[in-house]
Amino acid sequence: MLKDITLGQYFPGDTPIHRLDPRTKLLCLILFIVALFCAKWFVSYALVLALLLVAIVVSGVKLKALTKGLRTVYIIVAFTAVMNLFFTPGQAVSQLPVLNHITWEGVRTAAFMVARIVMLIMGSFLLTYTTSPIALTNALDRLLSPLKKLHFPVHELTLMMSLALRFIPTLIEETDKIMSAQKARGADFESGNILRRAKALVPILVPLFVGAFRRADELATAMESRCYHGGEGRTALHVLRYRPADYAALAAFVLLVAAVIVLRRFGL
Amino acid sequence: MIETRELTFTYPAEEDREASPALQGVDLQIGKGSFVAVLGHNGSGKSTLAKHFNAVLLPSGGSVLVDGMDTRDESLLLEIRRRVGMVFQNPDNQLVANVVEEDVAFAPENLGVPSEEIRRRVDDALAAVGMEEFTTHAPHLLSGGQKQRVAIAGVIAMEPDTVVLDEATAMLDPVGRREVLSAVHKLNRDRGITVVLITHHMDEAADADRVVVMHEGQIVMDGAPAAIFSRVEELHALGLCSPDTVELLYALNRGGMKLPLTAITVEDCADAIADALRREEK
Repeated sequence: MLKDITLGQYFPGDTPIHRLDPRTKLLCLILFIVALFCAKWFVSYALVLALLLVAIVVSGVKLKALTKGLRTVYIIVAFTAVMNLFFTPGQAVSQLPVLNHITWEGVRTAAFMVARIVMLIMGSFLLTYTTSPIALTNALDRLLSPLKKLHFPVHELTLMMSLALRFIPTLIEETDKIMSAQKARGADFESGNILRRAKALVPILVPLFVGAFRRADELATAMESRCYHGGEGRTALHVLRYRPADYAALAAFVLLVAAVIVLRRFGL
Repeated sequence: MIETRELTFTYPAEEDREASPALQGVDLQIGKGSFVAVLGHNGSGKSTLAKHFNAVLLPSGGSVLVDGMDTRDESLLLEIRRRVGMVFQNPDNQLVANVVEEDVAFAPENLGVPSEEIRRRVDDALAAVGMEEFTTHAPHLLSGGQKQRVAIAGVIAMEPDTVVLDEATAMLDPVGRREVLSAVHKLNRDRGITVVLITHHMDEAADADRVVVMHEGQIVMDGAPAAIFSRVEELHALGLCSPDTVELLYALNRGGMKLPLTAITVEDCADAIADALRREEK
């Protein structure tokens, strides 16, 4: 049952969005977020939404998969909406009780806020749905590489990320095994209150951690045996290369940010 | 060629405990292109010996030379490790990437090989172990034998002279063991890669050119498989067994037959027994 968990939820495919350089996609997402937060009025939001919709359609990712991702942040969205509805000063919607706390300005900010969060999450999910975790780590490695000059451990950071991703399925499998072993000896994970259930997890976590440290030790030896000696002088099997489509995508998102900033000037 | 000279090694002592040496005066020469099996029960020092071949462990006394390079010379470390590749016991704990080809590429990437050359080496190494159709698969979805073959490919991508398998078949099922062994034999035959097979499965050693038996940190027997396995009583005294075929012949001899103990393969063994029975009939 634990095996069903997939992290990063990548849907392999061969659409123009899938084929984009992961660096492009990461940069586009950042530009998209900037545009989203600069947007002030309907016209800007419509522009941002239009570009997002184009990206979704081209990517072939089903809308259902994107809304499924929203489920996890439902509460945050609802909370933000309610807070904005009631606590924005301005002209009351009506004189009736309760409703007299809601202002027209509040309704507007709440609507924009919800739109902002929903689009933000959809955009981020679109990235992880169309880009494999390994491609993302590679992209991060290359994008952050200028920081190496400041002695920021970029290579170590991205190596850790990719090793963590590599070992998630292995550790999930091990957790499954330990749970079965504990159940076979009468452990009960399903009944009792929260405190009792949390306590029942200790006999799982201890062997899991011990196992993880043993694995780490063996992995380090295996990596050294394969001539690993840090990031210096390393080359890569897959070299990332920007193609015309990447420049086009980047241009589109830069234009979006520019347009939103200009519109902001005019209060649109 | 790997050479050890009076190699001794002692693990750092745990608290309140006297450290006993894991290796005591091992002299061994492994010739280029040979297939050497190192046998011994748990704690005999066979794995400790293997870890000296690529400088994972450094000698406490004596020396280890890889093509004349001393493993204690830190400036030669990468070259020694490139020449002597090592495959470990647990396949899950030596694969570093989420994609098979990325994992095989790990060593050449570390060595700074240009990208096109890495591509060639990865495809070549995966073909050498018969895993080319799994190039873009996720390693955790493969079987144990397949994972271990990917690990071997990861070592072959360094273009080493020697591959050391440190109990690489111990965690595999019989099918997986056969896959891995036939892959290594093929590498030895077709590419002349020296193979050092550390194992406690006797039948795996039967196809080797040479068998080295370790006991309590020392080499106690060294020779061709047929010569070693026919010393059944000595092996028993060390807590080891000969392959099942030789054990059968030995048991029959104790029952009064006169059979040669050098018939290791099942066919040879059956022929030897059939011959003896025919002779008896006459």
